[in-house]
Amino acid sequence: MTTDTLPADTETVETAAPARPHYRVIGTRPVRPDGVEKVVGRALYGADIYLPGTLYGKVVRSPHAHARIRAIDVSRAAALPGVKAIATAADLPLVEDKILVTGEGSVNQRYQSMNTLARDKVLYHGHAVAAVAAISPHIAEEAVALIEVDYEVLPAVIDVRDAIAAGAPVLHDDLRTAEEGHKRDGPTNVAEHLRYQRGDLARGFAEADVIVEREFVTATVHQGYIEPHATTVLTNADGQITIWCSTQGAFAVREQTADILQTPISRIRVIPTEIGGGFGGKLTVYLEPIAALLSRKSGYRPVKMAMSRAEVFAATGPTSASVIRVKLGATRDGRITAAQAELIYAAGAFPGSPVGAGAGVIFNCYRIPNLQIDGYDVLTNQPRAGAYRAPGGTNAAFASETVIDEVCERIGMDPIEFRLRNGVREGDYRATGPVYARIGLLETLEAARRHPHYTAPLGGPNRGRGVASGYWGNWDGTSSASATVNPDGAVSLSEGSPDIGGSRASLAMILAETLGIDVTDVHPRIVDTDSVGYNDVTGGSRTTHGTGWAVYDLGKKLIAAMSQRAAHLWEVEPEAITFADGVFSCGDHALSFKELAGRLGEAGGPVMVSTTMETTGAGPGFATHLVDVEVDPETGKVTILRYTAVQDAGTAIHPSYVEGQMQGGVAQGIGWALNEEYVYDQAGRLVNASYLDYRIPTALDLPMIDTVIVEAPNPGHPLGVRGVGETPIVPPAAAVANAIYHATGIRMTTLPMSPPRLLEAILAKES
Amino acid sequence: MTSRVRVEAQINGDPVEFLCEPYQSLLEVLRDVLGLTGTKEGCSNGNCGACNVLLDGVLVNSCLVLAPEVHGHEVTTIEGIAGSDGLHPLQQAFLDHAALQCGICTPGFIVAARALLDRTPHPTEQQVRHWLAGNLCRCTGYDKIVRAVLAAADMMETAR
Amino acid sequence: MITVWVPALLRDLTGGQEVIHMQAETVRQVIEQLDARYPGIAARLLVEGRLRPGLAVVINGEVSRQGLRRRLAPGSEIHFLPALSGGA
Repeated sequence: MTTDTLPADTETVETAAPARPHYRVIGTRPVRPDGVEKVVGRALYGADIYLPGTLYGKVVRSPHAHARIRAIDVSRAAALPGVKAIATAADLPLVEDKILVTGEGSVNQRYQSMNTLARDKVLYHGHAVAAVAAISPHIAEEAVALIEVDYEVLPAVIDVRDAIAAGAPVLHDDLRTAEEGHKRDGPTNVAEHLRYQRGDLARGFAEADVIVEREFVTATVHQGYIEPHATTVLTNADGQITIWCSTQGAFAVREQTADILQTPISRIRVIPTEIGGGFGGKLTVYLEPIAALLSRKSGYRPVKMAMSRAEVFAATGPTSASVIRVKLGATRDGRITAAQAELIYAAGAFPGSPVGAGAGVIFNCYRIPNLQIDGYDVLTNQPRAGAYRAPGGTNAAFASETVIDEVCERIGMDPIEFRLRNGVREGDYRATGPVYARIGLLETLEAARRHPHYTAPLGGPNRGRGVASGYWGNWDGTSSASATVNPDGAVSLSEGSPDIGGSRASLAMILAETLGIDVTDVHPRIVDTDSVGYNDVTGGSRTTHGTGWAVYDLGKKLIAAMSQRAAHLWEVEPEAITFADGVFSCGDHALSFKELAGRLGEAGGPVMVSTTMETTGAGPGFATHLVDVEVDPETGKVTILRYTAVQDAGTAIHPSYVEGQMQGGVAQGIGWALNEEYVYDQAGRLVNASYLDYRIPTALDLPMIDTVIVEAPNPGHPLGVRGVGETPIVPPAAAVANAIYHATGIRMTTLPMSPPRLLEAILAKES
Repeated sequence: MTSRVRVEAQINGDPVEFLCEPYQSLLEVLRDVLGLTGTKEGCSNGNCGACNVLLDGVLVNSCLVLAPEVHGHEVTTIEGIAGSDGLHPLQQAFLDHAALQCGICTPGFIVAARALLDRTPHPTEQQVRHWLAGNLCRCTGYDKIVRAVLAAADMMETAR
Repeated sequence: MITVWVPALLRDLTGGQEVIHMQAETVRQVIEQLDARYPGIAARLLVEGRLRPGLAVVINGEVSRQGLRRRLAPGSEIHFLPALSGGA
């Protein structure tokens, strides 16, 4: 299927026993079931919903990074012809503290309400203050400009180092530092301090022959999904609310909106549209509660809201800027004796940075007898940090994996050899505590070492090769689904996991494999919150694992139900029916799944099954990446010459979409490494809220990204699946930094390693 | 309020007449007035290519074209790429190569790639990357997109 | 025997003890016994008689959703960790 000129640079490595079962569908590469409507432009995304009588909503956003709202005057906007409703925080009920686990961290609903529409203070440039619904988007925009907000501007703080300094402006007067169930005294911007600790740090460092200690600084970055947030909401006069939106979790939108509006959850129905990328940024609501309010206040008309790209950058997403200190000790023979890290992550305007997850990533690849990790969740006058693909992991691995590279250099050991000696395997304990079941880190390292890339000549000056590994914990979560058998033998699958990267294909394949039918005979549909049981979000790399398991369970239930029908048909007991290779049989009787489906009318009636599962056993993902770079010493520009990503997928259901996750994660990681950052002015205003100035990688910035899928089956899943979506963004920044070092002799400790920063370092080294 | 402008154009081969405000973009009219929602809005300032259409065969960002400018001209959107006999080879190649994940950028990429293959039937990998540098994809890392475009060029050559 | 890892920031209550062994059949019993030995620990792990929001109980490497009711097989290992999907 690939072109002659460019053979697929992918290999699949099956690891040692237990031998992988023989699959008929799993491991093949069928066309995705939702593909055609996406390539012809018919697929409907968040902004593609048009209802009769729709109004258009627009948001008034704060021009200040930190200010008290003295008054809001909406009278001129309300008088503009065509304006139908205006909403401010005064229209929102007060919300009590309530922690919701989103799958990539947690959010407090009280803060979500304050983020939806600012109540007393605006906490970042772009914070929503009011909203307007009008008969056209242009009138709504005009009305937005007519709303007058009287602000008392307050000092703002953007950098975490400033935010924790004595005398820093405090964002929330009532916030106290939480420390494992204890609250410290006094106002602060430090929302939480967490710690992992084991062994004897001092003794561990005393045993080390080499100790490397470095401080790293990383910038705020955005998920950068191409589809801006968009929703259409209709509030009916009976209080029933229908929400069409682009989201990673329809049930999450339902619960968050219900809490923010203090409305019974069952009065809200969420219809998920296609989603144009999320990467963690579409787990929480921004527009939906506002549109619901505007719909009610406009006399129950549908209200459509879509963010501009500038709003997406200014008010959603980003993941934390950070300051990370790492100290690592090892013996001359390449054994880590002790490791210490301090991670300070910017949470933005409300608590909840991914510092806990970053603290998990930083050392979880290695067996470390003595360690301490301290994490600090720090408020800054920035948009509330959202989840971003392996939240907190890329910057954490940037720190630890470059320190390891330096240790390897100091003791003169090959970086893959060092990682093999210290890498975790089944039975080892994570730095964060719990024990590992079967995992595939060592297999990724072996495959990377065997790969021709690792020994290929670099072929020129100013070039270097970098290695880095990465961990991500993955999530299992709750999934529900149902299936019906059609008379022609096809199976309709109703599920509730928004499809971000081809999950309909992998779910259809799992069901086809289980039932012994063709994948084209499975028709997956992602349905609304009234039409399927509860589903956790598409997040935490959980869908193929969790929803895949639910679908596997559906398959088993379908076989049982169909066996009953066969028994009825053949007038035998259900226990007498056997099912193998897609055929039901009993004595001389035999019918394929399809044949039996055509005879259900005489066999006891139609078949429908459903399942809901709290799945377990999300096996952690591991990856090892190799990258070659060339650094232009005149400009500091880094060119990625070659990239190879090796990852354990457990069992790759649809290898093309596994590769796609790996390639996409690498591309995002390279953007984070080399270009992407939020830039602020002195007053804390974001000054680069566009794709022109916040530059994500283009096709011209990247080479082909080679992939090697390793399969160390996850013992916690019936098909051996482990999530693959997030792990591949963890190693790239470190791998690129290590490659830059080997090209230039410069250890970069700041992200992004953009041309001006690298050039400055090159010039400093030369002088 | 301004008075609305009457515009006549050929859109995907059909004669189309519409009224619009003079300040409305082609993107807005395609989506909000004509119901052609296959053309996507990613940034509305010409950086992402999700709104790519062909204007008299030339690749443009429809967010940067004012709707009245297409009066008397031909517009091809993603909805006009497939023929009556089935998918365009680019569309088939995108499916075969798993060249889309979320799919929001796909219409823009296919329209842009069609413009490339119209003038350069046998592009090199570098030519594909250079041409598609105006289209942003955040999911795929471009690898499978570039392969799909090269494969479509081969399919079209075989068909000729 | 159940093995309980004491969260690092609670070890001021356990005199620095990192690992504690005990007999227990549920997570609730684990916390009760911890509190009996080291008064004050339950107040750090529970809010209004339930696990503190944002805290996850991890048993043999798996996050439990059953909170205090979760039954423990002999030999189980327990960690109390921040409730995160990826970081646990």
